[in-house]
Amino acid sequence: MKTVYLDNNATTQVAREVLEDMLPYFHDYYGNPSSIHSFGGHVAKKVTEAHQKVASFLGAKDEEIIFTSCGTESDNTAILSALAVSPDKRHIVTTTVEHPAVKVLCEHLAEKGYRVTTLDVDGEGNIDMNQYKRSLSDDTAAVSIMWANNETGVIFPVEEAARIAHDHEILFHTDAVQAVGKIPIDMRNNAIDMLSLSGHKLHGPKGIGVLYLREGTRFSPFMIGGHQEKGRRSGTENTASIIGLGEACDLAGRRLDTEIGWTRQLRDKLEAGIQKSIPNVRINGGKARRLPNTSNISFQFVESEMVLLLLDQLGICASSGSACASGSTETSHVLRAMGVPNAMALGAVRFSMSVYNTSEEIDYVVDNLRDIVRKLRQRSPDWKSAATPLMYG
Amino acid sequence: MWEYTDKVKEHFINPRNVGEVENPDGVAEVGSIACGDALKLTFKLDENKKIVDAKFKTFGCASAIASASALTEIIKGMTLEEAMKVTNKDIANYLGGLPEEKMHCSVLGQQALEQAIGNYKGAPKKEPGEQIICECFGITDREIERAIQENHLTTVQEVTNYTKAGGGCGNCHEKIQAIIDRIYSGAVPEAKVEKKPRLSNLQKIRLIEETIEKEIRPSLKHDGGDIDLIDIVGNRVIVATRGTCATCHAAQLTLKGFVEYKLRELVSPELVVEEESP
Repeated sequence: MKTVYLDNNATTQVAREVLEDMLPYFHDYYGNPSSIHSFGGHVAKKVTEAHQKVASFLGAKDEEIIFTSCGTESDNTAILSALAVSPDKRHIVTTTVEHPAVKVLCEHLAEKGYRVTTLDVDGEGNIDMNQYKRSLSDDTAAVSIMWANNETGVIFPVEEAARIAHDHEILFHTDAVQAVGKIPIDMRNNAIDMLSLSGHKLHGPKGIGVLYLREGTRFSPFMIGGHQEKGRRSGTENTASIIGLGEACDLAGRRLDTEIGWTRQLRDKLEAGIQKSIPNVRINGGKARRLPNTSNISFQFVESEMVLLLLDQLGICASSGSACASGSTETSHVLRAMGVPNAMALGAVRFSMSVYNTSEEIDYVVDNLRDIVRKLRQRSPDWKSAATPLMYG
Repeated sequence: MWEYTDKVKEHFINPRNVGEVENPDGVAEVGSIACGDALKLTFKLDENKKIVDAKFKTFGCASAIASASALTEIIKGMTLEEAMKVTNKDIANYLGGLPEEKMHCSVLGQQALEQAIGNYKGAPKKEPGEQIICECFGITDREIERAIQENHLTTVQEVTNYTKAGGGCGNCHEKIQAIIDRIYSGAVPEAKVEKKPRLSNLQKIRLIEETIEKEIRPSLKHDGGDIDLIDIVGNRVIVATRGTCATCHAAQLTLKGFVEYKLRELVSPELVVEEESP
């Protein structure tokens, strides 16, 4: 059975070009970049090149790029560093819809005595910049706001938010894991101090991330040990993955316009197809500025797990932010924060496209989805007919 | 992804008996879409008062659909007396097991059945004196007590897994804990235990051994623990804890709440479990 992969916000396929660049660095050129011999030195050169490729893709300087093990490590490093360099400040500002890498860390810090302000979002998933401005104080050590939301794709005005933070001399971090490679980002045009990205979200390998650290930003490392990454991230370099991520960024830079145009076309086709053939659906965050590749759709009267499992039977991969677990049938914290009613949030499915998806795949998904939702609604006790005016929003 | 058995998969992909029975003898609607679980069950009796047909409609996850499908298969052909005895465990067992976090789906099935039979008999939906404990999901003390007793639940989290109670705002956690404490301190009358015939001492010892071997040790081993039967003195059952039980602070709770409970249920209500003194 053919796999139709519409879960690219979860992870992406490693690009062929990326894989080919990586392979020699496992078995043939396995040297340690820190070694004195030229066998290791060759690898060191490739690692430097990867720094350059990532930097050039982001509009950054080479030494502003620090390789880490993943997006979560970058997020943790950034926030903990911001707190460490201002030990007298005890306040953090973030949002209610962050990825767990930031959200759970901030909850943990709140338990340790930090004051954490989580900014609300409106029904479309946007933050209120006035609430943001009011939240900042002399005690604020760090602001961490994601560039784009992983579940809905809603984009936050982080460049503006960073400028405001700077007016108050507050360090600004953004989790850009979902944004990098999907929308243009140029660090020369903003005042963001720290930015996290993850290799596997842009057709690079898993287990590699980057922390962008603006030149001159005070920093306290998370991993302490050797001199790697100029002492800012110790531990022997994950050479093959660093080289792979360098190529992934290079590739993303070369085809960003295509990627944006194509995924938006597919996304719009998917949404139009679903809205045309399935009644009582809601596109979550549909009216906000959002990533071109992401669609979060609620199907009223069905539960997302069943939709996903039946799609899975057909080889179609999608996901949902909610999970029926621990009795609570927990809906996504993002949709809850947006005020999406529980009955709609329970039926939310996320489709996320990549440059590798085809138009035929979208037809296949829409056709099957229509049958699946119809079948599930027939089984559902509250589903009377498509004409029932129970639609919300 | 959840680890579902093949039987669960088979039932959620091709659920049996979907729909509503025409002119049903018993009807029940439990849960609500807002909570994430809703189940409508209808059944019809034949001239011998046996369930000749049963159908369901459900809004819920894969386990909820599989549980409802399994339930209808189980009860078809049963008398109402037989159907009354069907527990959520029977539903889970029929499916080859459910993930622990999904046990509430099987409980929902059992509740629908109970209510549908009540509906046939003309009984009120809730027993008098029942109290809603979990406001979020409308779960009563009676439902929680039953789940605790039938499944030997000892923590609030387990109660949430089985009944959903406490899975919303969490305000009722203290009340749930109080019910657990009450049950294990013996203040609440246990679910009706049928009178067991008096056992001879030898029969009793054999039954204790058998219960420990078949009912108790497998569960403990699942958590890396174990017990050995050391001696039986009158109604005192003396055991030694092994494995993780030997070092676990909750072992005392396990001995009283689980081992003693099981032995009282299956052998004799007078038994007292004691740990071998070192």
